[in-house]
Amino acid sequence: MNEELAKNFAPGHSACAGCAFPAIIRAVLGESQDPVVVANATGCMEVTSTLYPYTAWKTPYIHNAFENASATMSGVERAYKIFQKKGKIDKKIKFVVFGGDGGTYDIGLQSLSGALERGHNFLYVLYDNEAYMNTGNQRSSATPYGANTETTPVGKKSFGKDQKRKDLMAIVAAHHVKYAAQANVAYLADLKRKAKKALETEGPTFLNVFSPCTNNWKFPTSQYVRLARTATETNYWPLFEIEDGNYKINMTIENPKPIEEFLKGQGRFKHLFSEKNKHVIEEMQKITNENWERLVRLSK
Amino acid sequence: MTTANNKKNRIALTGGAAAAEALRQIEPEVMAVYPITPQTPIIETYAKFQADGEVETEIIQVESEHSAISASVGASAAGARTVTATSSQGLALMNEILYIASGLRLPILMLVSARALSAPINIHGEHGDVMDARDAGWIQIFSENAQEVYDNTIIGMKLAEKAGLPVMVIMDGFSTSHSVENLEILEKDVVKKFVGEYRPEQYLLKIDDPVTFGPLALQNSYFEFRVDQEKAMKDSKEEYLKIAKDFEALSGREKNYFESYKLDDADQAVIITGTAAGTAKDVVDKMRKNGEKVGLLKINLFRPFPREEIVGALKNVKNIAVMERAISLGTYSPFYADIASGLHQEEKNIPMQQYIYGLGGRDIFAKDIEKVFEDLAENKISKEIKYIGTNK
Repeated sequence: MNEELAKNFAPGHSACAGCAFPAIIRAVLGESQDPVVVANATGCMEVTSTLYPYTAWKTPYIHNAFENASATMSGVERAYKIFQKKGKIDKKIKFVVFGGDGGTYDIGLQSLSGALERGHNFLYVLYDNEAYMNTGNQRSSATPYGANTETTPVGKKSFGKDQKRKDLMAIVAAHHVKYAAQANVAYLADLKRKAKKALETEGPTFLNVFSPCTNNWKFPTSQYVRLARTATETNYWPLFEIEDGNYKINMTIENPKPIEEFLKGQGRFKHLFSEKNKHVIEEMQKITNENWERLVRLSK
Repeated sequence: MTTANNKKNRIALTGGAAAAEALRQIEPEVMAVYPITPQTPIIETYAKFQADGEVETEIIQVESEHSAISASVGASAAGARTVTATSSQGLALMNEILYIASGLRLPILMLVSARALSAPINIHGEHGDVMDARDAGWIQIFSENAQEVYDNTIIGMKLAEKAGLPVMVIMDGFSTSHSVENLEILEKDVVKKFVGEYRPEQYLLKIDDPVTFGPLALQNSYFEFRVDQEKAMKDSKEEYLKIAKDFEALSGREKNYFESYKLDDADQAVIITGTAAGTAKDVVDKMRKNGEKVGLLKINLFRPFPREEIVGALKNVKNIAVMERAISLGTYSPFYADIASGLHQEEKNIPMQQYIYGLGGRDIFAKDIEKVFEDLAENKISKEIKYIGTNK
């Protein structure tokens, strides 16, 4: 593997073929000019990169538990601060947390909120694959309306998840952090630019990165980039940033594709393409449109 | 035994303030804390030291006890000398991460103002919270009074770093944490020298030598991690004694795994720890004056449990009362179970009665303890747990 690409995260980890997060890790960490310390919430990334006695991490790395990556990093960052004060360290170091949507939207939300409020100098990178994938596809508050998961199974009386996704970006923005952005693994240049900006910003910063899961969304491993791109092309996953409270859309799609373009080819939405579930797709289109319109309003 | 060249000061402090005073002298690098009664005076007192510029510590005012211990894990893994403090529900909320702190072998020091667990909610003293954490891989040291809180905080910090394990220093909520007592403190430079510099081998901020903390260990390796951890725990017993004896030389205050009080020729022995041990010693004194051969064993180090030493100290008594301020629902309480297994191993068949006292801050009086000794003298021993001072 390209040495430069593997300088922070080695090949040989056991993430699935077609998993998005190795590219996310490399894109984000590659943008740091300084050495990086990583904290990681429990999840796919952690179990596939740290199987004892091996590790894929060439940076100092800590995995504590599922819900406390932000609190853990709070401790690391303050240790760094006192080391600096005492003259025990002179190098500039960056601090990056990686967590999935379960560890961020759900169980780790309090820990994240606390760390954002306290203003620690760190970048939180959420790789959002829209459900609990490490435990085999259970719904999270990031799971989209209509998705078939093991805990929102499709059945005679169910079309899958019947709640909308949580608007985590708005929650993060409510902490008045200097920089937060939504990105997508399919748009690496945009992701890298955002990572660089986040890493260069003092105080807590946040990236929500779209990260398709071949295994539980059920699509061919070769298709993750194409599928991720479709999420943005349908306005399901717009690329935007929030800088000092100001929303800015980074890419406006001239003629957004209908939501079906994103749904088709994914096993988790297969059931929606039947007459009786037509209304679910309609609702999903409505949710997508409303979210986009809200974003446009906020960006004005 | 007093070492003449160490200047000592007498001072009146609560147990909580005594812990904060010891911490002021140690000056930990990071302290991650969250308020809970009756622990709060410790972190409030320390926050004032910080506000007045007396200490240089990064205090992280987190949003829960779960985050207090999580941030402590991060800070300690980063290489910083790290302290936290809690009580009761806070300790229960930390429970998940207690195991991670010890599994990662992080020398975090935690002050605990021991308090009852809900429900019903009760903010008063008891040992139920720390007993709940007894299998979590933390060294646990009990304190009888403010002096011992001060001493154990200093011993505990050094022990954590020498043993490479986290340490809980425990005081009884309110009866010790909020009671003003006279104690002797050492000079700050003496304490600093005693505790020494913390120099971990591997830590996150050693940026040129990256290390992965908290990996995944499966069926082929997890078991060995746990066995190694048990060995470290076992080895920490000797380390405790060594540090305790060094502290004894420094302070002139006797330190050991436990305190034997008039136990050598005793027929009846009470096992106890925490604040009530002070009252029990008064009872022993009084009854000794009347010629009764009673004695007491006060547990200081509870985890790792100095089983053989405790059994050795009890070998000549005729019977024992184990008095505990914690209830293990469905079985006997921890001291009783641990001592019974020790006696069994040594093939000592000494009758032993379990007593439970002081739950939820219920007072215990000298007359209650006197009654315990009297019952022992009459060999009133049963399998039933006896509750002191209840309406039941």
